[in-house]
Amino acid sequence: MSPAAVIDFENVAKHYGEGAPVLDSVSLAIHEREFLAVVGPSGSGKSTLLRLINRLIEPSSGTVRVNGEDVQRTDAVLLRRRIGYVFQGVGLFPHMTVAENIAITPKLLGWDEARMAARVDELIKLVRLDVTKHRERLPAKLSGGEGQRVGVARALAAEPKIMLMDEPFGALDPLTRDALGEDYRRLHGELGLTTVMVTHDMLEAMLLADRIVVMRSGRIIADGTPDALLNGAQNDYVRELMAAPRRQAERLRALERR
Amino acid sequence: MNATAVIAEAFARLPAYLGGHVAVSLTALLIGLAISLPLAIASLRSPALRSVLLGVASIVQTVPSLALLALFYPLLLGVAMLTERSFGASFSALGFLPSVLALTLYSMLPVIRNTIAGLDGIAPAIKEAAQGVGMTPRQALVMVELPLALPVIMAGIRTAAIWVIGGATLSTPIGQTSLGNYIFTGLQTQNWVFVLFGCAAAAIFALVVDQLLALMESGLTRRKRGWVMGGAMGLVLITAASLAPGISQPRASYVIGTKPFAEQYVLAALIAQRLGDNGLSATTREGLGSAVIFDALRSGEIDVYVDYSGTIWANQMKRNDVKPRGEVLSEMKDWLKRQSGIVLAGGLGFENAYALIMRPDRAQSLGIRTLADLARHAPSLSIAGDYEFFGRPEWQLLRQAYGLSFREQRTMQPEFMYAAAASGEADVIAGYTSDGRIVQNKLTVLDDTKHVIPPYDAVLLVSPRRANDEALLAALAPLIGSVDVSTMREANLRASNGASPAEAARWLWSEIQKKR
Repeated sequence: MSPAAVIDFENVAKHYGEGAPVLDSVSLAIHEREFLAVVGPSGSGKSTLLRLINRLIEPSSGTVRVNGEDVQRTDAVLLRRRIGYVFQGVGLFPHMTVAENIAITPKLLGWDEARMAARVDELIKLVRLDVTKHRERLPAKLSGGEGQRVGVARALAAEPKIMLMDEPFGALDPLTRDALGEDYRRLHGELGLTTVMVTHDMLEAMLLADRIVVMRSGRIIADGTPDALLNGAQNDYVRELMAAPRRQAERLRALERR
Repeated sequence: MNATAVIAEAFARLPAYLGGHVAVSLTALLIGLAISLPLAIASLRSPALRSVLLGVASIVQTVPSLALLALFYPLLLGVAMLTERSFGASFSALGFLPSVLALTLYSMLPVIRNTIAGLDGIAPAIKEAAQGVGMTPRQALVMVELPLALPVIMAGIRTAAIWVIGGATLSTPIGQTSLGNYIFTGLQTQNWVFVLFGCAAAAIFALVVDQLLALMESGLTRRKRGWVMGGAMGLVLITAASLAPGISQPRASYVIGTKPFAEQYVLAALIAQRLGDNGLSATTREGLGSAVIFDALRSGEIDVYVDYSGTIWANQMKRNDVKPRGEVLSEMKDWLKRQSGIVLAGGLGFENAYALIMRPDRAQSLGIRTLADLARHAPSLSIAGDYEFFGRPEWQLLRQAYGLSFREQRTMQPEFMYAAAASGEADVIAGYTSDGRIVQNKLTVLDDTKHVIPPYDAVLLVSPRRANDEALLAALAPLIGSVDVSTMREANLRASNGASPAEAARWLWSEIQKKR
């Protein structure tokens, strides 16, 4: 791998009390402009892995580096303002309008009003919402898909180079989910982002990501491109995981031939 | 006095009473908020502080508000004496300060409880989002958590406001003028229009404040700055309007104190009229408790009031021997001068002693004329007295001297005591000899043949500060030795039968002049 790692995990472990570790000595390098999907069942440690990057969780041991810098030595608040974060189940502030939600991180960074207003309009268009229709709405008046588009816009507002996404499209209906995934994939490329997306849906991971990491019981059990995982999985669990989308695809194809 | 005149009188007193009420309740509410909100917020990160805080606030809430108010007076008096001794500076332990402190404590529980509940109730996902977008804990609190908890916090503030405004009516007995003055005065003089007026005024004030707070709340949640400003302006206007008369009015030079019963209101009105006719201005501080009023005179918070020799003899001088009227007066005069610099200007001429009183037919059928007769039947009879009587030394003396032991012993408001005796609800009451209701209810006073009950001469006491105030003493002089007990009874009867204290006092003055 030629470019230096943007995000680097070195023997990182996380455990609470005496129980089994949530994360068990994980090492992982994520490169610039990479779209990495982290896939695994509930409790596999995938969300923990994500939250260690912007210090929503502190590691028990090991080192997490962002742009080569040990996150433990950075100011957690400033670190989070540099990294976009799309929360599971939207996570918009219910008492703020769409515009205020989007402008929150720029506001914390002290941008002036005109720059924030321009950025809000730009982002509303970028995530394919309507400035006149949506700008001053409260989150309660948005559909699930619109809410998640605002969530993406909010994460992008302060022009981060790294995006973290925690099951971003999980709660959406299939059509919205597909459209939003496609749109985000486009933004990822256009804006030159490095994206880490946590999901339990292997098909989504395969359609969107450049690289997939499979986790189970706090360990990485597979790591490769969708193509490599699909065609040469080394592990029973991973094979099983890959088999489901393939079966679905074959069934669809069979239906189409009729 | 007819109803229109009573209502006109009630309205005339409104600026002073409402002003005092607004000042004490809004100050207490503001201090309460300034303490409760930060404490509740701090307790979010410390479970230990939270349980202590909620525990203490709940205990305070279980103390009856009247008791809470009453407790702050001796406490502050002690502190005031301590600062006087150590720094040479004292402050008033009466009225505003103890009321504000007690009401502040009283306001805290709903605010603390609702602030904690409101902040606790915010979804963890929202708190994580606040952290994730890069807020510091303080920014998360101010920008996300407090705004989201606002409706619950405001509900607590509104509850506190209503409690404090209601509770402030009870600050009258510790010397704070409030809408409670209507209620206490009305209760003592059986002026039910006053009682209702006081209740209604307090309720309307509470409602108005509640609605203004509600307006601010919806302004904050719906982000209408105009509504918030409107609510705040309303509160400011109320405060300004109700405090303005107090500021613009020339401060009266003399303060007359009264204990909480009709005779005291009549005598205070009489004194005020005497001072007025002599070109001296005066205000009254009504309804002070028996222990409070003496300290208030000693410290100069009031300038003059009428007390009764037996009360001073037993409560202040701690004497339990019984001496004739004249000796008691002269010993007391010396003692007061020596001990505290209080001037005993003189006796008014009548006694208001405790006396055991019965319905005549009941007394006759049992063959009771004296306390000695009563002692034989007491074990099958019930007795009722005011809140002080059964704790006073003369009750101990009476019981020892005559061997009195009753089947049942009850305390009640003095106003209801005479009616209780007349209706037979109580067989014997510990009433007052100058009370007009003895005549009105045709009751019999039992003879104290052993002269156990000490004399209770009504005496004019003047504060040490005014000891050499010739103008004041000259204005009081015509009252000394000029009121006999039957005239006082008649005046008291008028005051408890619908005449205002001022009217009864004018009648009393005309009687005094007739006898000259």
